[in-house]
Formats: sequence, C-alpha cells, structure tokens
Amino acid sequence: MYICANFLLKIMLQNIRLKRGLDIPIAGNAEPTIKKSIIPDIIAVKPTDFRCLTPKLTVKEGDAVKAGSIVFIDKKRPEIGFASPCSGTVQAIVRGEKRKLLAVLIKSDNEIQYVDFGKKDISRLSADQVRKNLLESGLWAAIIQRPYGIVANPADTPKAIFISSFSTAPLAPDYNFTLKDETHNLQAGIDALKKLTKGNVVVGLRESDYATSPMYKLKDVVYYTFDGPHPAGNVGVQINHISPISKGEIVWTIDPVMLAAIGRLFNEGIYDTSKLVAITGMRAKERCYVKTLPGISMEQIAEFASSEEVELYGTPSQIRYISGDILTGENVGEKGYLGFYHNQITLISEGNYRECFGWAKPIRPKKFSLSKSYFSWLTPKKRYNMDTNLNGGQRAFVVTGLYEKVVPMDIYPVYLLKAILAEDIDKMEKLGIYEVIEEDFALCEYVCPSKIDVQEIVSKGIDLMIKEMA
Amino acid sequence: MKGLLNIVNRLKPSFSKGGKFGWLHSTFDAFETFLFVPGTVTAKGAHVRDCVDLKRVMSVMVLALMPALAFGIWNVGDQHSIAFGLEMTFWQKVWFGFLKVLPLIIVSYVVGLGIEFISAQIRGHEVNEGYLVTGMIIPLVMPVDVPLWILAIAVAFAVIIGKEIFGGTGMNIWNPALLARAFVFFAYPSKISGDTIWIEGLSGADKSLLADGFSGATPLAQLANGAGAQDLITTTGDHLSFMQMFIGNIPGAIGETSTIAILIGAVILIWTGVASWKIMLSCVLGALAIGLIVPDNVPVWYHLVMGGFAFGAIFMATDPVTSAQTECGKWIYGFLIGAMTIVIRVFNPGYPEGMMLAILLMNTFAPLIDYFVINSNIKKRAKRVAA
Repeated sequence: MYICANFLLKIMLQNIRLKRGLDIPIAGNAEPTIKKSIIPDIIAVKPTDFRCLTPKLTVKEGDAVKAGSIVFIDKKRPEIGFASPCSGTVQAIVRGEKRKLLAVLIKSDNEIQYVDFGKKDISRLSADQVRKNLLESGLWAAIIQRPYGIVANPADTPKAIFISSFSTAPLAPDYNFTLKDETHNLQAGIDALKKLTKGNVVVGLRESDYATSPMYKLKDVVYYTFDGPHPAGNVGVQINHISPISKGEIVWTIDPVMLAAIGRLFNEGIYDTSKLVAITGMRAKERCYVKTLPGISMEQIAEFASSEEVELYGTPSQIRYISGDILTGENVGEKGYLGFYHNQITLISEGNYRECFGWAKPIRPKKFSLSKSYFSWLTPKKRYNMDTNLNGGQRAFVVTGLYEKVVPMDIYPVYLLKAILAEDIDKMEKLGIYEVIEEDFALCEYVCPSKIDVQEIVSKGIDLMIKEMA
Repeated sequence: MKGLLNIVNRLKPSFSKGGKFGWLHSTFDAFETFLFVPGTVTAKGAHVRDCVDLKRVMSVMVLALMPALAFGIWNVGDQHSIAFGLEMTFWQKVWFGFLKVLPLIIVSYVVGLGIEFISAQIRGHEVNEGYLVTGMIIPLVMPVDVPLWILAIAVAFAVIIGKEIFGGTGMNIWNPALLARAFVFFAYPSKISGDTIWIEGLSGADKSLLADGFSGATPLAQLANGAGAQDLITTTGDHLSFMQMFIGNIPGAIGETSTIAILIGAVILIWTGVASWKIMLSCVLGALAIGLIVPDNVPVWYHLVMGGFAFGAIFMATDPVTSAQTECGKWIYGFLIGAMTIVIRVFNPGYPEGMMLAILLMNTFAPLIDYFVINSNIKKRAKRVAA
C-alpha cells in the first residue's frame, strides 16, 4: 500500500528539466556537521536587507527588547514590522550618509527571552488572524513578493505561493540537512500560508534527492521537481517554468528556512529565527554548520576563518567575508553582520593581485572558465579556489549568446538589460522585467567577458519599475 | 616579472590623471593591462568572475586567423613564382610572401590602433581590444599589391566612420574590416578588381617576363565571364579542380584563398565558442539552397571554395557585434548572407564577388531580424496576459 502510494506520488510529480545554467566549480563546501551553537553577543537588524524599505524606528538606544519585539517598521506600510531576533538592550543605532538608518545593534542576553505570541491551532485561524500574527511578530518580512523581490504587501492576495526546497547556488547549504528535523514546523508554515492565497502553495523539489527532502510529503502543497544546474534552485526560475508572472499578477515566495520559522511561531508562539548557517569557502579553516541567528556579527565566526597568511601571485590576500553566496551575497567585511535572509557565510580570498600576461597564458590551471578558450573543460571534476579578482576590464557588450546559456528562462537577457539602461519602462515590461530579480541574472554577471555589472542593472530596472508603478 | 611590475608601478603616477603625462593615461592603461591583468576586485554583484575577458576572446580570434595568414604568406610567394616562372624553394616563397604581407599588417595595426588609442584618450575610456582582430582581418582581405597609402586610408575610414563615430567596439553597425574593403572597392576600384592585382608584381609588369600562357584571372572572375566547371583554369592554363580551390593555391586576396586553412580557424572558433557555428552553418545552407534553385554554370558547392565565401562566412559574418544577436536571428541572418552571395555572384556579371556586399547588407538588417525575433517573445508574453 505504502509503495503503491509512493509510486503514485512519483508519477504525479511533474519534472522540469533545465539544460541551461552553470554550477560554478568553487571549492569549499560545508561538511554536514553542526560544530556549535553561537550565542550572539551583538545582533544587527539591518533595514538594508530589505529592498526599497524606508524604515521608521520604534526603539531607542537603551531600550530593552525581547525576541519578537519590533525595532523598526516600514514607513510606507506601517503595519509591517521588523523584529529583533534576540532579547537584550538596544546598544546603538547606526546611521550612514544623510542619516540613513543602517542598523539597529542589540546587545544580546545570554538566555533569550521571547515575546509570547501564544500557540495557535492554525486550522481554526482565519486568513486575517494569520496575517495579523505574522505582522505583529515581524515574520511577515520573510514573505517576498514577485515581481520586484520586495517584502509582500499584506493587502494583496497572491496568485500562488512558491517555495524552492533546495538551493543550487555555489556552496549553498543543504536544506535536506539543515531542515531535517523541522517537518512539523514546515507543515505549520504551509498551513498558515495556504490561508493567505486563493491559489496553490507550490514546492519545487530537486529531482535527484527529493525523497529525502523534509519538504517532501507535506500536505496541501503542489509539487514540481527540477533538475539541472544552477539557477534551477532559484524560485524565480521555477516560477517562470510553472506559471510565469504576467503584468498585474502577484505571487509570493518564501525561503524554506523562514517557512520553518513561521511554523514555529504558530507551533510554539515565539519569534524564533534561529537557523543552521553554513560556513563555506576556502578561507574558512573549518567548513561546517553553526546554529545561530540572523544578524550575528562576523567577529563571532572569526574562529572559523583561516588565520594563515595567503599570498596570491606574490600579493598578500585578505579574506572577504560574504553574507550569502558568491553570486548574490553581500560583502559585509570582518566586522559585518549576517543578513536576514542569508543561510550561508562564504569566506574567500581577495584577488587584488596583478597576474602577468594572465589573459595570454595558454593555460591557467588555477582558474576556471566556462569558455573553452581556456582548458578547464578538461578537468570537469576539479574544484577551484576562487578569488575576487575581476579577471579583466569592463567593456561594452560584445560577445553574444553567452547570457542565454546561463538563463534557463524564456527571456532575452541582453535586450532586457538594454531596455533598462535606456530606462524604457514599456520595453522592460514587454521583455519580462516582472519575471526576474537580480539573483536570476547573477550567472550572466559571472560569465560576462565584458565584466558588465548585470545585477546592478537589473536592480536599477526594478527600482525604476517600483517608482513608476507606485 | 616582479621587476616589470615595479617599473609599471613606478611609472603609473605620472601617467595618472593629474600626472605629467596624464593625457596619455588611456594609452598607459592599455599597455599596463596588456602586461598585467588588472588587480581590480569585484565591487558589486557577483563576488567571483569567470577568468575569460575580451582580451582572451579577441586573441582566440586572432589565433584562428593564423592558419589563413600562414597559408596566405606562402601563397603570395607561390603565385609570384608561378607567374614569373621562377624556381623557388618552399622557404623562399614563405620569405617572399612574408616580406610582402608584413608591411600590410604593420600599416593596418599602426594606423588602426593609433586611431583607437587617440579616441580612447579623447573619451577617457580604456582602449578596447576589438581592433586586434579587425587589424588582422583587413590585410587578409586585401590584394597583396594594394598600395600602403590606400590601405592606411581604408583603415582610417573603417575605424573612424565604421566604429568610433558609433561609440567604439560593441556599438558599430557594420563590420569594420569589410568597410575597409568596401572603401577600397568603391574609392579605388582599379586597385581591387581586375586580373592583375591578385598576384604580387603583376600589375604593370613586363608581359615578356611572365610564364607562357599566363593569366591572372581568379576563378570567380572566370565564372563571371561565363566559364563552367570544366572551363576553369589555373593561372598557367591547366584545368582547375575543386580540390585545388579547396586547398587554395590560386590567386586571390591574401587570406581568403585556402578553404582548408580557414576551416582550421573555424574549428578553433567553434570549439572555443567564440564565433557562432549557427551563422557559419546557415550561411553555407543559404548558399546551397539558393544555388540549387538558380541556374548556374558550376555546381553550387564550387561557390563555397571560391573567392571570399569561406573567409567571410567564418570570420566576418560571425562578428558578434554586427551580426544578429538572438540565436534564432543568427540562423536567418546567416542563411540570407549565403543566399544573397550566390544571387549576387550569379546575376551580377559586373562584379564577381558577392560576399562582401551580402554581409554588409545583412549587417544593416541584423537589428531588424533581431527585432522580429524579440517581438515574437514579446507577443508570447502579451498573449499570456490576455489569456
């Protein structure tokens, strides 16, 4: 009976095979072991983690907060609050140019006190109650709206909610490992989100190992499986293949780690965003997982960074601390803080060296290129110790057909980018700006021989759309 | 290497903005980045980048041109020795050809790069690598006897009018190398057409010095005069076989005669993915398709090895900047180039070569082709909204 049901499930799964894309062969995966729980010292809640957010502070220096206390709200949509992940006192409000709010720093208690939101039986809650709970607790920020990749608008009812259960980003954490004991929280998260949409909650699974995914066998969801190289795990790519976003449509997405946090809110009544964060990259001496909170300081993971002096081509190389992965993460520096949505820290070498005749060498065994003008195609299994050198100078678009090879969507990337550069709203709309955010084009930036900052262009385009459509 | 880097670093301040030679900073930068990959690190977006850059892409293209150049150099000597009935060894032919071709290459690079450097300087941009390829292609599509001053003017025209006024590499509409050839063709027609210009020393030569029964007509010129496959002759009057045209020891522009050398280049380009195989293939398919329909004196595959067809299809139609940029558009673009070439060759008796004009024409229409391809994507999206 069980086998039969399993079989039925399997043939009901629709597999979508993506051929285009690239798994960047960078070395430095995290071993699936949990080395420690890091009790936070200072936690930063950063408005800059959220696109287009104009924050308004609700705390001041010296205030005591609990995990789940709102520290700032969205000025334009004041019902959306952003919470402290830990309890403690507000130590500092960090501002940048023009007094722009950069971070609220919270000195954490040793033992976290939680705001009690009360355990809930989701099946008895209405959509409005679910919404209210998420907004009050600060977990609403976990829900992202497409188009634009901004925090969802509570007034909307999305066409569907999409969740990718795996990440294909370089050195990405393995959710099958990090979420393996979270099935009941994930289910609770799904139950809650299901109330907020008239459509389906759609989960994208990885073809090769979906059976071991903690997201598999959830109730009330629609499954699709995907196989192929990065960006097959990007939710935007999955949406594009399942039900592409047209003008006027709104869908929501959420990261599975955040989904579990939503489940915990209803199951346990607390704002608990603790998660397993992968420490990756060749400049990490121990590549593993740590249990911690978003907003933790890089200084607290310094013990995992390699203290070895590294020289690249005769030039000493510092460590770059990236919150997130090498394609879309943020360079936060050794004193920076982990981003709200990031489940990974990548430590790689800065590449500020000068390589003599680098471009003219017949072979560069230490470097990887998708292009066959080098010979890294001869060693497909090799993993490379990559650094941050731009490997060339910035030029105009010259080579064609390359971006298309890494964007598995029915979109013409170069034409969309040119429409953005020309600030042609109408063209951007027609060429599919609603269907993409930066991460979907990140590989274009990686492979570009003209070293064009593709993600920045996409970002500019999205900002322009938000401004024009407001 | 360390010493060299030190010298560069020492010189850098005087060539930077505000330095003594600040006005030369683009030039300095070009030489500096030629020697050393910049130490720039990623500032935004992806933290790690592929190690391929435009310098690499362009150098692969130059590498792909080398077999055609090498064969061309030998062929210049070979054709000369045949025309004048001289006994020359292999190396004598190569040396002879080398001495004739080298000045063309030097003039092409000095004039072209000079203009590139000056315009980069004026704009305050980095010098773009695009001309490294163009500068090699231009001598290869010229007759060996082209006067150097004409070559210099043609290069200047191609770089300034063909490229810089549009904003430099990546912005141009027409293939600059072809513009150079077209310029010579229209401005100095006697220097690039006729039966005497394709072999070194032939124009103005004392006819009595020539080998018996010698004729300098290229196969294409013979074709334009109504010759059939059986009537094609070599310069010495023997029957000219398909194979000989394929190997390429026939009169013609320096780099265009040897289909086999060009195909070696094609393998490099296709393998490295630097040029589009779709354009190359569709170009051949277009020629074959039209060649089978229109009445012609020679089997259609003869056209593939005659004149500049192979060279154009492999090295010039595939220029990524001026060709169609969508994958579907590339098929249409290449097909039309092939088809147009045959149409011109067959129906225009005044002008035997069709490749140059076919490519320039399709360069002009490439954006239009892309427009229709893109529009179908737009329509598909619009349909979804309507549904």
